[in-house]
Amino acid sequence: MAETMQLNQPLPVGSEGRRSGGWWGVLVLIATEVSLFAYLLFTYFYLASQTEQHWPPEGLPILFMPGVNTLILLTSSVCVWACERCIQRSLMGWSITWMALAHILGICFVAIQLSEWSKKTYDMTSNLYGSLYFTITGFHMLHVIVGLVILMALLLWIALGYFDHRRYAAVTIGGLYWHFVDVVWLFVFTTFYLLPYLY
Amino acid sequence: MTDAAQDTFDPSLIRVPEIGSAPIGSAAEICLTELWESAPGWRGWLSTVDHKTIGMRYLVTAFIFLLMGGVEALIMRLQLARPDQTLLTPEQYSQLFTMHGITMIFLYSLPILSGFSNYLWPLMLGSRDMAFPRLNALSYWIFLFAGIFLYASFPLGEAPNAGWFNYVPFAGLEYNTGPNIDVYALGMVLLGISTTVGAINFIVTLFRMRAPGMSIGRVPILVWGTLTAAVANVFAVPSVSLAFFLLWLDRQMGTHFFDVLNGGKPLLWQHLFWMFGHPWVYAIVLPAMGIVSDALPTFCRRPLVGYSAVALSTMATMLLGFGVWIHHMFATGLPALAMSFFGATSLVISIPSGVAVFAWIATIWLGRPVFNTPFLFFAGFVILFVIGGLSGVMTAAVPLDLQLNETYFIVAHLHYVLLGINVFPVVGGIYYWFPKFFGRMMNETLGKWSFWVMFIGFNLGFFPMHVAGLLGMPRRIYTYAPHMGWSTVNMVTSVGSFVFAAGILIFMVNMLVSLKRGVPATSNPWDAPTLEWAMPSPPPVYNFAVIPFIASRHPLWEDRLDEGAGRSSLDQGYLLMDGREMIGTTPLDAIPDVILKMPEDSYTPFFLGLFSALGFVGLLLHWQDFTVLMVLACSLSLMVWMWPRKALVQRVPDIKYDKGVAHG
Amino acid sequence: MNSSKSGFSYGIAGNYAALAAVPVPAMAENEVAPLNYFLHSYGPASMPTMHLGWVFVAILVVIFIIISLLLIWAVLHKHFAEDPRSMGREDQGMLWIYIGTGISTCILFAMAIYMLVTLNKVAKPTRAPALTMTVTGYDWWWKVEYEDNDPSRRFVTANEIHIPVGQPVLVKLKSADVIHAFWVPMLAGKTQMIPGLTNQQWIEADVEGVYLGQCTQYCGVQHAHMGLEVVAQKEDEFRIWQDAQSKAAATATDVNTGQKIFLDQCAGCHAIRGTEAVGAHAPDLTHLKSRRLIAGGLLTNTPDHLVQWITHAQELKPGARMPSMVLTAAEISALSAFLSTLN
Repeated sequence: MAETMQLNQPLPVGSEGRRSGGWWGVLVLIATEVSLFAYLLFTYFYLASQTEQHWPPEGLPILFMPGVNTLILLTSSVCVWACERCIQRSLMGWSITWMALAHILGICFVAIQLSEWSKKTYDMTSNLYGSLYFTITGFHMLHVIVGLVILMALLLWIALGYFDHRRYAAVTIGGLYWHFVDVVWLFVFTTFYLLPYLY
Repeated sequence: MTDAAQDTFDPSLIRVPEIGSAPIGSAAEICLTELWESAPGWRGWLSTVDHKTIGMRYLVTAFIFLLMGGVEALIMRLQLARPDQTLLTPEQYSQLFTMHGITMIFLYSLPILSGFSNYLWPLMLGSRDMAFPRLNALSYWIFLFAGIFLYASFPLGEAPNAGWFNYVPFAGLEYNTGPNIDVYALGMVLLGISTTVGAINFIVTLFRMRAPGMSIGRVPILVWGTLTAAVANVFAVPSVSLAFFLLWLDRQMGTHFFDVLNGGKPLLWQHLFWMFGHPWVYAIVLPAMGIVSDALPTFCRRPLVGYSAVALSTMATMLLGFGVWIHHMFATGLPALAMSFFGATSLVISIPSGVAVFAWIATIWLGRPVFNTPFLFFAGFVILFVIGGLSGVMTAAVPLDLQLNETYFIVAHLHYVLLGINVFPVVGGIYYWFPKFFGRMMNETLGKWSFWVMFIGFNLGFFPMHVAGLLGMPRRIYTYAPHMGWSTVNMVTSVGSFVFAAGILIFMVNMLVSLKRGVPATSNPWDAPTLEWAMPSPPPVYNFAVIPFIASRHPLWEDRLDEGAGRSSLDQGYLLMDGREMIGTTPLDAIPDVILKMPEDSYTPFFLGLFSALGFVGLLLHWQDFTVLMVLACSLSLMVWMWPRKALVQRVPDIKYDKGVAHG
Repeated sequence: MNSSKSGFSYGIAGNYAALAAVPVPAMAENEVAPLNYFLHSYGPASMPTMHLGWVFVAILVVIFIIISLLLIWAVLHKHFAEDPRSMGREDQGMLWIYIGTGISTCILFAMAIYMLVTLNKVAKPTRAPALTMTVTGYDWWWKVEYEDNDPSRRFVTANEIHIPVGQPVLVKLKSADVIHAFWVPMLAGKTQMIPGLTNQQWIEADVEGVYLGQCTQYCGVQHAHMGLEVVAQKEDEFRIWQDAQSKAAATATDVNTGQKIFLDQCAGCHAIRGTEAVGAHAPDLTHLKSRRLIAGGLLTNTPDHLVQWITHAQELKPGARMPSMVLTAAEISALSAFLSTLN
């Protein structure tokens, strides 16, 4: 009701945290990306459930490096979170450090994942498993790279002094995307590395 | 935000929005026009982010695609008019029916509804633009480029040729060696980007961009329809984009997803395609049903019966729509138990549609109908909707579907659904909103002619297709023998399709004539209840001079309806003219909670769209370096786009504060 | 070359009356539309569906009439209003939705149950199948392999299936290339033939006759001309046919000019059991003369049509895998003489 609504309250102006359009936008973007990965994993399970091939072709996967890599990625998520907290408390130096650390960890993840790829005895054209493995981890890799570009931009903007404790929506939004990239890896990791141990 | 209260002293970060009025010609109104106007000439043309311009572009482009798809259909109807015709070669026929399907389903049906919604949402919701105006422009440009991309190979005789649902392995490299399917695959991935960003924009717009008081229970049904479609697209489109991308990988990179010899499964394609396909069917009809639910009551002189029931049924339809994709696959040899489940669900889905039908009939019954052209289209739509729905019940019955599937019965059913539930409301909607779009009324005499010719032509053309299907005529055959007994029905269908086309032609003549010579329209020529009729026709660039305060579902009928205590305030409202501004409200109750800074016009959407389309061209033609270059160009455009701007208060303003004070 | 129009003018399989090889009692009335399953279904795999179709159509037509009348009445009945500017109350009319939706839900519920019962009836035969065969879809013809416990009674044929009347027959469905769909509408619903998968469909004809079948999944340019026939015969007639089909070709040892041409030009794709022709890409022609139709159902099997098909295949069925053979008049007559011996 127009009458009961408080219409003459002071209101914040522009992109402010959860009230910014971008925050909502990235949530919906994540919803559609989550569905993309859901369909990718559906493809995997659909084909795996009907296959007569040796699955995975190289036998049970070795868990050590991928496990470490998963921890690295999760740690980088924590760093992005810490960076945001520091901005909220106006600890700009710390926030730059955390963001840089998150970025470095992300790059480590990419490097380790690339070396995992190079260790495989098959590629995406060798067999069905190879097609699935490289396409799905490749999709994830693509998201990591996009995420790293975003983190890089955020790092730059923080360093340029664009944000303070009142204006940092971009960090929240970019951070959400990075958290998504990390969480979705857990599903990819479970599918390719953990589940083969269960059957 | 807890910090907000501490910053009361900084007007660029927090302020009380001024309430006032800005009648036409006042200094405030002139200032608003200057703020929101695009640059003149080609610069404004390429850079505009005005939702009305973009909406109109969507409408015009999609309508052109409708005409192209229609011409393709007419050529096919010439070929099928008599048995053993040789007007077309079998290959030409395959490309025609494939392009007809792609055009109508992907390039016409949803985009035309996006056009309506883009144009109308902010006007109906009391906003000055969509949540992401630049994203809106991007969505249009990519749609346009994807359409051109999909059509580019047609003149070379290499258009997609495996039907719009493109089953593998026929669409695989082994059986389809040309570029045809690659064009389709890449084009669909590109179009998927447009659909997705469009959907994101609609969802966030609904959550944020409503006038104060426009609570969730007061938004027009068109908004519910488009919202439901947008949510569905967010979840469904990745499926088809992925399917086409995997197909492209199979064809060009040598993967094995659909490769039978190496363990791939052709049925995977059907699952991925129809998991998308069925929700999509609802995405292209629910907003059109929304058009009827909003516009029909205007001509019945009473509010829609059962607003909440219709809104809920819209969402229920979509929810169920995600669980019935298997009914496109009954013939694939699935276990009978699975088929029973999906068949029963498919029957259940007609219940929410029934709710809408009874709501419309009750609205007409209890109202005092005025027989204007739009009313005829909406009433005609109800009949076609019922026929399409009932034939849908037949195809949901599993054993019957095993006969009807892939025959002309399905062709008849889907045309009743898509033409009846999409084209008729769309044409009716254009008659209805034409005065708002262009400030002139459409001609009533020509309008009634166009309705009757279209309605008779449509039924003459498509009803016999049911019969052809029951006589066993399979779809997608380029010719048939005289002894099959299909000659008469096909001749009638062909005649009907040309009559229908004549109706469309009359409609187009009416549009052109009315654009030049139509009677000038007042702001609310139909005496309609919703907010878009509160402003002059055509709407000013800024939409609402002041952001109104809304107190009911029918702001313009409040003096005649008793809908609660409050009265909407349309002339007095938030002025918001410190740059392009709009009020942001809470998702459910629409309580103001932020002053949003809206972006200026920008070239980046155009270039981002162009570079991404060119990137897909590079992929198609295997120009690797060019593709990489385009990816870099896209990233650069995005970076420019996203760069935090002071004007939008995305970053800290220049004024320095004493840290201690700011931090409390 | 003449325009393809003239190519089409010669005898597309027409005139079913001319096909006197098999008695067609049940088919007489179906000359009008040989795929009209909606009025003419024969056998327990399709009759329940036909009845379901009738009942559904009846119910839906009644519903349509009621709703249309309601709509027309709603539009045309006199609408009273004291004040022309007044609007009805928004909360009126909910009864319409409650009653309308309530009734439709009950009807739908009943229809759903009837549908499930019917599905159960047509999904499986009540008895064990008397005969099993594998039908494989090719672009654009059907390979038919009859199974038997006795290997000498297994045989391969194409495009024409014979079944004993009154007995359930199991048809295993495969595809050699793309997805096709096996559909003999008067006997059963359709089932896709998917590469890499073996689907099943059972059929049973309770009346003797010839039942037309048609591919119903778009499978390429000649999808329109991918027909087959199911000939339902009395048990004894069927046995005679089966015995004849399981024998090798009678001409096996008789090497003549025609056979030489066949071996040179045709044997890469076609097989004739008992000769050196063992091609596997095209229909087995061992008993070509016994078939009613050729070219995937496009032409009746007359000597003239056969010659036209061999020499003008690409005009009659553009895009078919069968090339238009370039042969001299002498070669044609020799080849055709040879083919006429394949009884």
